[in-house]
Amino acid sequence: MTVRRHTDCGGGCAGSCCLKVTDLGVNFGGEEVLHDVSFHLHCGEIVALIGPNGAGKSSLFRTILGQVPHSGTIEFQRAGGDKTRPLIGYVPQSPSFDRGDPVSVLDFFAAAVDHWPVFLPIPAKLRRRVEACLERVHGEQLIDKRLGALSGGELQRVLLALALEPLPHILILDEPLSGVDIDGEKQLLDMLDEIRTRFDLSILLSTHDFATLDQYADKVILLRSSVLKVGTPAQVLSSPEFQEVFHLNITGRGER
Amino acid sequence: MQFWNELLSGLPFEWAAYDFMRWAFLAILVISPLFGLLSTMVVESRMSFFSDALGHSAFTGIAIGTLLGLMDPMWCAVAFAVVFAVLFTYVRRHTNMASDTVIGVFSSTAVALGIFIATLGGGSFTKFNALLIGDILSVEPGKVALLFAILVVVVGLWVCSFNHLMLSSVHPALADSRGIRVFWQEAIFCSAIAVVVTVSMTWVGLLVINSLLVLPGAAGRNLAKNMRQYHAFSILGALVCGVAGLMTSYYVGSSTGACITLYLALWFALTFLLRKGRQ
Repeated sequence: MTVRRHTDCGGGCAGSCCLKVTDLGVNFGGEEVLHDVSFHLHCGEIVALIGPNGAGKSSLFRTILGQVPHSGTIEFQRAGGDKTRPLIGYVPQSPSFDRGDPVSVLDFFAAAVDHWPVFLPIPAKLRRRVEACLERVHGEQLIDKRLGALSGGELQRVLLALALEPLPHILILDEPLSGVDIDGEKQLLDMLDEIRTRFDLSILLSTHDFATLDQYADKVILLRSSVLKVGTPAQVLSSPEFQEVFHLNITGRGER
Repeated sequence: MQFWNELLSGLPFEWAAYDFMRWAFLAILVISPLFGLLSTMVVESRMSFFSDALGHSAFTGIAIGTLLGLMDPMWCAVAFAVVFAVLFTYVRRHTNMASDTVIGVFSSTAVALGIFIATLGGGSFTKFNALLIGDILSVEPGKVALLFAILVVVVGLWVCSFNHLMLSSVHPALADSRGIRVFWQEAIFCSAIAVVVTVSMTWVGLLVINSLLVLPGAAGRNLAKNMRQYHAFSILGALVCGVAGLMTSYYVGSSTGACITLYLALWFALTFLLRKGRQ
């Protein structure tokens, strides 16, 4: 795998490199899951994707990841204007692995980023590389823990560190806040903010937690098969479309 | 191989005086680490029921091979088991059905087909009885060499694709997003199990062969905190139990496969009692 650093696209690309999704449509077995989805995602921006269950949030992520055939276009433009396939870091929903798995964070990480077979003794160089990656999410002390022994927030941080190696242009997080307690949530959101400014990458995440949206999201997209509303957290949360989709007066946490 | 055999004959044990015991001993030294290695991922990917089904398909393959009048129906069984494994992987990935349901469908179909062919035209089933129990003492020098070649290939496969295989089992969606071809990883792994199970069935016995694919890994899991420890416990456990099983069967005169399995069960029980901090 080639490591393409984000700095490849020039120094001050904030705002000028962007992911353009135009008229996207997805069908699963004749059933329309997404239609007429269009939006832009700029560098250094955190965009939150909200919508009821079955609205097509995960399908949209998988489409951007290139795993699902679709109509319409997904374009990525770098600062210089050249259009190349972006490198996407993906933080999936918490995996449903067995809690007793003898897989340590080091095993999991090394297996994903290196060719060295992890059932053999791990070279010190590879261990240091994994440590350096975990430091980005302040998780270097987790390296020898088993995956099953991590808390929800710790696991999300490990998955986040993995998504940042190699450093992507776009970071996609599927429900990063589910299964994470209040402290873990605060920590994770601070970390995303830090990553966004430090590496100047775009972050797209889905969430059901509306109360904290205005603390971190630059833009909110309300999705139900199609984009119903785009705007700042305040604009979207006070919109009639939002009220209609969730059938309630939202002040705190939304539907679960 | 002959060299090792002669080397063993110098051992000051009663059994080492017999040629068939020396070959059986060498076969065990090859088979048990092979199963110990595969066992780690069979347990990790929750495929213990699947490997059982593979044993059944291998029997069917042998029945087909016998029907076709082949001298050595083993190769027919290997081919059948590999097709079975790939087909199973395909169906499992393209349906929402639970894995154990898919396995049940495949397993029962294979067994029915095997019995149908074996008893076709009023044929007797008894000639297949030897397969059920297995006889390690009947192993020939050429087969020991074949098993060793398979061990080398599997170790090579492990070095090349273990990382991808492990990621595919821990988190398929993540593996997919990192460009790993999950389907092919699974298909190749299943085929490897198919080949190993089919080739060693004659000596280990269909009824207990699955225990060799499940127990070493299951015991290793009780103790291991990472992949290095997991492999070490699984392979060493299989090796020690394999040798102990062969020796016990020699002195008490019972089936070797069964003895090995009982030692492995004991090893599992021991690790279960020693496990710490696991729910």
